[in-house]
Amino acid sequence: MVKTLITGNKAIAQAAFDAGCDCYFSYPITPQTAIGEYLSEIMPKAGRAYVCAESEIASINMCIGAASTGAKAMTSSSSCAVALMQEGLSYATGDQLPIVLISVMRAGPGLGYIYPSQCDYNQAVTGGGNGDYQIPVLAPSTVQECIDLTHRAFYLAQKYRNPVIVLSDGLLGQMMEPAEFIKHPFPEIDNSDWILSGAKGREPRKIRSLEINEQKHNQNLQHLFDKYEQMKREEVLFEEINTEDADVILVAFGTMGRNIKAAMNLGRKQGVKIGIFRPITLFPFPEKRLFELADKTKKFIVAEMNMGQMVKDVKIAINGKAEVKHIGRPAGEWLDETEILDEVKSLIGECHAASV
Amino acid sequence: MQQVFKIPDCIKKDAKFTFCPGCDHGVALRLLGDAIDELGVREDTIAALCVGCSVFLYDFFDIDCLECPHGRATAEATGIKRARPDKFVFTYQGDGDFAAIGFAESMYTATRGEKVTSICINNTTYGMTGGQMGPTTILGQVTTTTPYGRSAELNGYPLKIAEHIALCDGTAFSARVSLDSVPNILKAKQAIKKACEVQVKGLGFGFVEILSGCPTNWKMTPQEAHKHIKEKMIPVFPLGVFKDVTAG
Repeated sequence: MVKTLITGNKAIAQAAFDAGCDCYFSYPITPQTAIGEYLSEIMPKAGRAYVCAESEIASINMCIGAASTGAKAMTSSSSCAVALMQEGLSYATGDQLPIVLISVMRAGPGLGYIYPSQCDYNQAVTGGGNGDYQIPVLAPSTVQECIDLTHRAFYLAQKYRNPVIVLSDGLLGQMMEPAEFIKHPFPEIDNSDWILSGAKGREPRKIRSLEINEQKHNQNLQHLFDKYEQMKREEVLFEEINTEDADVILVAFGTMGRNIKAAMNLGRKQGVKIGIFRPITLFPFPEKRLFELADKTKKFIVAEMNMGQMVKDVKIAINGKAEVKHIGRPAGEWLDETEILDEVKSLIGECHAASV
Repeated sequence: MQQVFKIPDCIKKDAKFTFCPGCDHGVALRLLGDAIDELGVREDTIAALCVGCSVFLYDFFDIDCLECPHGRATAEATGIKRARPDKFVFTYQGDGDFAAIGFAESMYTATRGEKVTSICINNTTYGMTGGQMGPTTILGQVTTTTPYGRSAELNGYPLKIAEHIALCDGTAFSARVSLDSVPNILKAKQAIKKACEVQVKGLGFGFVEILSGCPTNWKMTPQEAHKHIKEKMIPVFPLGVFKDVTAG
């Protein structure tokens, strides 16, 4: 099939369209605005809904409304504006509504800047909304993965009746790569038994998280957590290279996954045995595989464009079986392969010094 | 014998309202139910419900309902209507929900001319949380957060909701009505039906603000509450139709 040279943002927009996105609602913010611009051209022509909302608070709530009718709803935003959506995301988990959110990270906190960054790992994975809930988070590292994971996000949202986040960043969103547009590879999920369509010839349906009976409320929450457990069993994705003989395993998500791969290749040429491990699903996190890898490899370095967010999940997964170090920078110029390799060498050097 | 009174079909026959004695919410719900029945849209209706005294409407209505975060119901209604333009969509909100925390969503739903209907109960207080100052609390009114009475200097002025909504180009109908007396209830019924009809006809946003008594938080009897609406509220919030695109 023919490959197209396209940016990550536009690739996501086209993939969402191809996945059958019925309704897109959003508000502009750099560096994700191109998604909305792209969809504003093709959605109305196809008779699908496109609304420039008055705020991100409105756009996520429009998604809730559309999703309640069974429509495939999506919004996209960045960092300080994804912060405004946390209330809506919490409701969407409680109301069990399938929504896709494309989060294209920039630097924070506050207004921060439009530099690419990975500083919203915590925002996406642990969330800022109220209550006990989880949202699957998919982290692409290439434009091709932007396409593939957007299709997957629509599928997972429908399968689990839960919001799903595709966590991209300003670098991936704005850089061009050749990529192939695929047909939606997932089955359609039957939603006819829960959507709101008017109570014609059936009992009325009520979509709500409100439950004043304590026992029923706990049962409802248990149902949410049964879904999260199923996600942990069935949806974990990661990429793993050269871990068999690795003295050090580099761990990174998203765009930084490319840089650890370059550091591995550079290191291997110099005889340093480096492997890489890249979680693609940040929730559910590939904790079992990391725990296994720590049997053999005793040194892990987590490289992130933030001051240490995913590293906490890596430490929890490895549970003290191996040493876990972090290398990071909050925003701007990304850690390159030589900086990462220097960190590897210094860790190995420390090890030698300690064993003498 | 001719039947002159019945519970609207879209309200559950076994519904036990959770409103306080003397509250006007029940009357407002009944009028809305009548309008939905008379337009014959019950089986095509999706309601976007709010947070506040009307938070339990799910249990009263025999129609499909969606829970919305506080103030966001008109955004949800927008999403529902854009996804299913063939459905009848309404929100039922209080003044705090519609015009304080959700004022941006409300104004833009009107401005976009979304073909949905919003009913806003204005009882000049946050009823569910026990009677705090809200966006429409009138000057001098004592609430739990204005113990010395609402002061313009400290708290600003009450918001004229229906007039604001009427200013929006996308609004097809905006009116303020009152439930303090039978003649006013009959006018309220007409206004609510009109706000629903403009949606069915695809003309734009339909809106009714309803002046409604809250005897519990006002610390009055129901009769005193209705007298309060007539003597204190209507002079601040004049009744009338502020916009009607169908008017000749």
